[in-house]
Amino acid sequence: MAVEVKLPTLLRVHAGGAASVDAEGSTIGEVFSDLTARFPALKGNLVDDGGSLHKFVNVYRNDDDIRYLEALDTKVADGDVISILPAVAGG
Amino acid sequence: MTRHETILGVIGDTPLVGIHALSPNPDVRIYAKLEGQNPGGSSKDRIALTMIDLAEREGTLARGDTILEPSSGNTGIGLALVAKLRGYRLRVVMPENVSIERRQLLEIFGAEVIASPGEEGSNGAIRLAEKLSADEPSLKLLFQYGNPANPLAHYEGTGPEIWRDCPELDVFVAGLGTSGTLMGVGRFLKEQNPAVKVVAVEPPAGELIAALRSLDDGFIPPIFDPAVLDGKSIVRARESVEWLRRLLDECGIFAGVSSGAAVAGAVKEAEKLESGTVVTLLPDGGWKYLSSGAWTDDLDVVADRATKINYW
Repeated sequence: MAVEVKLPTLLRVHAGGAASVDAEGSTIGEVFSDLTARFPALKGNLVDDGGSLHKFVNVYRNDDDIRYLEALDTKVADGDVISILPAVAGG
Repeated sequence: MTRHETILGVIGDTPLVGIHALSPNPDVRIYAKLEGQNPGGSSKDRIALTMIDLAEREGTLARGDTILEPSSGNTGIGLALVAKLRGYRLRVVMPENVSIERRQLLEIFGAEVIASPGEEGSNGAIRLAEKLSADEPSLKLLFQYGNPANPLAHYEGTGPEIWRDCPELDVFVAGLGTSGTLMGVGRFLKEQNPAVKVVAVEPPAGELIAALRSLDDGFIPPIFDPAVLDGKSIVRARESVEWLRRLLDECGIFAGVSSGAAVAGAVKEAEKLESGTVVTLLPDGGWKYLSSGAWTDDLDVVADRATKINYW
């Protein structure tokens, strides 16, 4: 599956400055493995040492937060847009 | 009850109004709770009153004290209203790029406004308030993000009102913000009926905060318990404004920008149901956003403005 991954400003420096990169995989976890293989500096910024999603990162598959889907096992389809955003305060 | 001895008695007990015209399915009804009907103009009047009540009861707040609070506006306005009647001074730390009307209202109510850097968003306001509080320990920081009185106001007020007015609801949708509304209402509704689904919508706030240097500068409100939610999704600025306009055009409701996002979320949940009832909460009225051009300017212009000015 080919998906588009949108990166927040503070992670772009780890991906050659790109705001958006294409990646492959059938789950979010596989998409992240593909990304970190190509951009090793992204590694600690997406998944923590225990293999879970980084505490201060929110990841959305077409606008739905994957923590309420199947987290890193969430399936992706061709053309899905994956957005990565830092956890910040609202209100 | 329509007779009150002070304006504070008017806080809460807001109306629940059908916005069925916006439902994609005639068998799914959508109701909106109009929090803009509160006297300070938003749902935050509830938490302002509860936070001050609780602090007074615990003896941490005494007449003449100065309250300090980080707020993008509405909590500050609610606190300014309660502080005025209860005899407190108030300092609000607010990002400099919020709508002009928020600052005007705070000044009218007599609050002192301290500007925090706009590009740091609410995170920056929180950080500055914590620093000011450490420098000057006599200031009373109520801290809506971590104060149990915030969800409590909704657990004891907003939630029971919704259950009283609409016990048949299937889904409750609200903006995330501090998470106080979703935590309090969500917990109360699930206790009454565990089958009720609780869904959060949020603006793409992380995109607006250009000054975030590291992910570890991120912030999750201490009152947020992810287990209360069944789903969470992003609503973009453009989509929020589109629904905000339909809310006015088709339902005659003049609400704030974040209400557009709440309605967008409610409509998405309505699409998933064969039949049933969705309830959403509209945090404030449209008055504080007239300068945003949300109803009058070109949609692209408004959406672009929403990436620079904090309307949430």
